Amino acid sequence: MYDLLVGPFVEFAFMQRALAGSLMLSLAACPVGVFLMLRRMSLTGDAMAHAILPGAAAGFLLYGLEIVPMTIGGLIAGVVVALGAGAVSRFTLQKEDASMAAFYLISLALGVLIVSLRGSSVDLMHVLFGSVLALNDDALTLIALISGTTLLTLFVFWRALVAECLDPLFLRSVSRLGTPVHFIFLGLVVLNLVGGFQALGTLLSVGLMMLPAAAARFWTSRVEPMCALAIAIGFASCIAGLLLSYHAALPSGPAIILSAGVVYLASVLFGSRGVVRARLAHHRHRTA
Amino acid sequence: MTTACLTFRDLTLGYGSHPAVHHLSGEVLKGSLTAVVGANGSGKSTLLKGIVGVLEPMAGSCTVAPGTRIAYLPQLSELDRSFPARVVYLVSLGLWPKRGLLGRITAEDRATVARAISAVGLEGFEGRSLDTLSGGQLQRALFARVLVQDAELILLDEPFNAVDTKTVADLVALIGRWHGEKRTVIVVAHDLDLVRRAFPETLLLARRPVAWGRTAETLHPENLLRARRFDEAWHDDAPWCEPDEHEHPGGHDHSHEHGHSHGHDHGHVHHDHAHNGASRPPAA
Repeated sequence: MYDLLVGPFVEFAFMQRALAGSLMLSLAACPVGVFLMLRRMSLTGDAMAHAILPGAAAGFLLYGLEIVPMTIGGLIAGVVVALGAGAVSRFTLQKEDASMAAFYLISLALGVLIVSLRGSSVDLMHVLFGSVLALNDDALTLIALISGTTLLTLFVFWRALVAECLDPLFLRSVSRLGTPVHFIFLGLVVLNLVGGFQALGTLLSVGLMMLPAAAARFWTSRVEPMCALAIAIGFASCIAGLLLSYHAALPSGPAIILSAGVVYLASVLFGSRGVVRARLAHHRHRTA
Repeated sequence: MTTACLTFRDLTLGYGSHPAVHHLSGEVLKGSLTAVVGANGSGKSTLLKGIVGVLEPMAGSCTVAPGTRIAYLPQLSELDRSFPARVVYLVSLGLWPKRGLLGRITAEDRATVARAISAVGLEGFEGRSLDTLSGGQLQRALFARVLVQDAELILLDEPFNAVDTKTVADLVALIGRWHGEKRTVIVVAHDLDLVRRAFPETLLLARRPVAWGRTAETLHPENLLRARRFDEAWHDDAPWCEPDEHEHPGGHDHSHEHGHSHGHDHGHVHHDHAHNGASRPPAA
């Protein structure tokens, strides 16, 4: 049992790093995912994940496989797309889903173009899928910084974020924070995706954000417990995924996301607001 | 002398190049209770949006007296009822003007929220999630939020839609209470009988203001007929509204003479009783 669950993390430094990195990522990304879901922007996370590709690729093109330039590049690309799409939706008649799709597709095409200018397909695979087992000190520091910034920002803007989700027009009538909070939130999404792509790759980092959040929705009907539960599911998925990856020699990123996927499917079926409970509950009813 | 809570100066609000509220001038006095009536598309909701500042004026201005806190209850559509929040949280949003982003919610605040919830008859509903409320219950919860906001100027956009008669009576009683507390209240409403019963002042809109003043006089059949003739559609080939086109001979001071106002087809609020109502045209 020890060898199965604890041994790998005690014996190998790379497993410890992977664990530390992925847990810190879950801590910040899962609550952000909860808000993405509640704002019906679940697919926006996916679009943003594609959007950071050209920035990361440009960093890669100029400096090779270095975490700092690729991260900064990804951040810039993500912020440009988020601001562009957000501005188009706020100031024109087009809704955010359409403007986001337009901007991220442009960005994605640009990214693939840049990667193909240099690099073999192996490099592209690395940018797209990452490797949590190869996190160096720089990467861990970066993830820690991103995680801390995200939690602090969420704490400070919590009330405004909830109000903006629940009743945006009310927030606009009592405060000027509505639009800034929207952009701050998009900034957090970009930040966490960039934080995740070294470990999980640009495509899968959104998985750690969305799957635990989507799973938590089936267990509770309040925001605070939902965030806590999403983080717990994120933690469990990271540990399970890393162990699975170690014992079965599977790639670590997909193993983590698939673990979260299993939790999600189980929640859909057996959650307190899931399919099975809903069926059972309807057999009897009260008088009032 | 009571003072103005809200001053419109030749206010035009709209979307694109099309006006939805056309050249509105006048004042809403502090402590007055005004109903805004008119057909669909006559600019009632747009006017409230303009007062709150969600919509910028295309021309003219809308000035709220300095230091006035506004509570605005929009039509339901923008509230996300699937959001995982409880009734008590929705009502607590009304604390925002007082506590803002980071202010601590005190025990006294919680007591205020509890009082508001019981004032609208929702005791026992505090822990219910929003998606389990009926339309009328949700509307009561939103009124409780307005209570908590403790605002001097209260704007309610069609608060009686899809609400049963008992709830309407309760909500009207609340509005009466606000009126008694010398708050300024403006309500968009459709039920003219209700307006006649419960609202001393009425503004009748048909994009342009048709009449504004004491309810009985505003809702005169002649005015209602004129309001009904209004053409709801926007026309892309409608002529541009030139500044001098809507000006009466004699300048821009809006000092209408009493009694001669019904002849104009285009223009401003026509007061037959300009100085005895709670609303009046700007000082001549």
